[in-house]
Amino acid sequence: MTSTLSPPGAGPGPSTPERVALRHRLAERGVDRTLLLLLPGLLAVVALFCYPFLYGLQISFQPTTGGTLGSYRAFFDNSYAVGSIAITFKLALPAALINVGASVPISYRMRRDFRGKRLLLALLVVPITLGTVLTAEGIVEFFGPVGWFNQTLRTLHLIHTPLTLTYNYWGVLLSLVISGFPFAFLLTHSYLSGIHPALERAAATLGADWRQRFRHITFPLLLPGLMTTFVLTFVLAFAVFPSAIMVGDPDGRTHVISIEAYETALERFNYSQGCAIAMIMTALMLTVIALTMALRTRLYRGATGGKG
Amino acid sequence: MTTTTPAPTTKAPQTRAARRSIRLHPGTWLIWAALAFFFLNLLGVIGSVLLNSFGRTWFTGWTPHGYTTTWYTQAWNEFNLGHVLVTTLEVTLLVVALSLLLAVPASYALARRDFPGKKIITALFVLPILVPPIAYGIPLATVLYKFHLAGTLTGVVLANLVPSIPFVIFTMTPFIEQIDPRLEAAARMCGAPTHSVLTRILAPLLLPGILAAGILVTVRTFGMFELTFLTSGPDSQTLIVALFSAVFSAGIRSPQSIDAMAVIYTASMALLLLIALRFINPTQLVARNTN
Repeated sequence: MTSTLSPPGAGPGPSTPERVALRHRLAERGVDRTLLLLLPGLLAVVALFCYPFLYGLQISFQPTTGGTLGSYRAFFDNSYAVGSIAITFKLALPAALINVGASVPISYRMRRDFRGKRLLLALLVVPITLGTVLTAEGIVEFFGPVGWFNQTLRTLHLIHTPLTLTYNYWGVLLSLVISGFPFAFLLTHSYLSGIHPALERAAATLGADWRQRFRHITFPLLLPGLMTTFVLTFVLAFAVFPSAIMVGDPDGRTHVISIEAYETALERFNYSQGCAIAMIMTALMLTVIALTMALRTRLYRGATGGKG
Repeated sequence: MTTTTPAPTTKAPQTRAARRSIRLHPGTWLIWAALAFFFLNLLGVIGSVLLNSFGRTWFTGWTPHGYTTTWYTQAWNEFNLGHVLVTTLEVTLLVVALSLLLAVPASYALARRDFPGKKIITALFVLPILVPPIAYGIPLATVLYKFHLAGTLTGVVLANLVPSIPFVIFTMTPFIEQIDPRLEAAARMCGAPTHSVLTRILAPLLLPGILAAGILVTVRTFGMFELTFLTSGPDSQTLIVALFSAVFSAGIRSPQSIDAMAVIYTASMALLLLIALRFINPTQLVARNTN
């Protein structure tokens, strides 16, 4: 009687049943041979991502001169290099805010089905896949001093001298909006379609106009998704590299941190300092993500009653 | 799990209401105008590259003076595009095959099991997506130089695997989650051994998801600039890196032949996209499982 009721492994039993019991207990917590399937992918990520990253961290503390923190000190003592952090934020924050800010009203208007919506969504995928290099090449020609954009404005007598939109800050911002907005829009749209329409209709029944419905029903439910969208568009904008070189002013106002890291590591062959800048870049990135996600956990994240 | 098309029966009256409302609200016009402006600029960006690649000369005015296709033959010979395209194809196919092979089993385990430490492993897979490619590309390139792999095709493929594996995992995991595990259980109960469960139950069900993930990885690898740029050598450049290098050695080259190359790039990308859109709903492309 007592022996059948005692928990497995507690009594002095033969070794074989005990081993089976351990396997069962592990299986109950979800650990069984299926987990071996994780190994190939995990090993690849560890070998190709974690190991290089830790190796980079290690050599960033082993510069040829200046002691353990020499690479970091060299970066922070050089005002041109350290200024790239501010330049990157000045580009990435407005770009992410514009992209997310424009996506909200547009996708709110388009949350219901209408004819041609699938085509519209398909068209929005185009700039994502064009890639930054092609977008940059196109911006140089289209927004350039004799490009179609300036010609149209002059024909309409809106301006007299062409606007300078390329090889400066604005060119890079334009390229970030063109490649980032569709991405932000598609994400916001999919979050919005996850909010059940019945919630809004219930509010409408209680007499809320569309402003109140948006302010008190849709927006709070959308906010967590919006923060994820912000983080992902910010990541894209923060890592801006080819377009900052091609349509920007890579030695001046768009000398972003990725250009600084690239030039240090692969043009001046100072791997230690290049890795140090890469580490600083990652740390900044993760700080922004952590802050946004910390804010996100303070929001309501319950069921939206929808298909999301 | 991810966004699905709404049920047509319940949505029908609402759709009609929304269509009517488009004509009613003035705010809607503003929204449409903003979108139209965006698309107009996008069209201009693509269109000016396309037109310039066929133009003889184009310094001022709305259109080029005269048209020609010589820039294409010139670009093809000058930039050795045949070789570049073969390399691009090799890299893309290898990355797709390897990332599917490594990541599909892992996504099966992540979708089906709830185990201690799952959050840590998921975080490990998210990191390569969140960390900027330049930030891990530089240490990765350093490591590849150490093993004498930088500048080779192997190095480029290895570098491109880093974002592709997590990408496949996060496309496939929601897809596998929606496949009913009872199907496998039923097959096992009827006496099917593991390999027939795999080949006759799971494989047909997983195939659309694998296809979608494969196409998405193809598109991404084709357009991935940073990692290939950091790790490739003169013989292992993909099309997009060759395009970038062509712009920066542009002193002796005409911008039209660079544009011709850009058009070849866009055309191959558009072809891939058309194939992709036959299989994938664009909102699913970026949709995440929110609940």
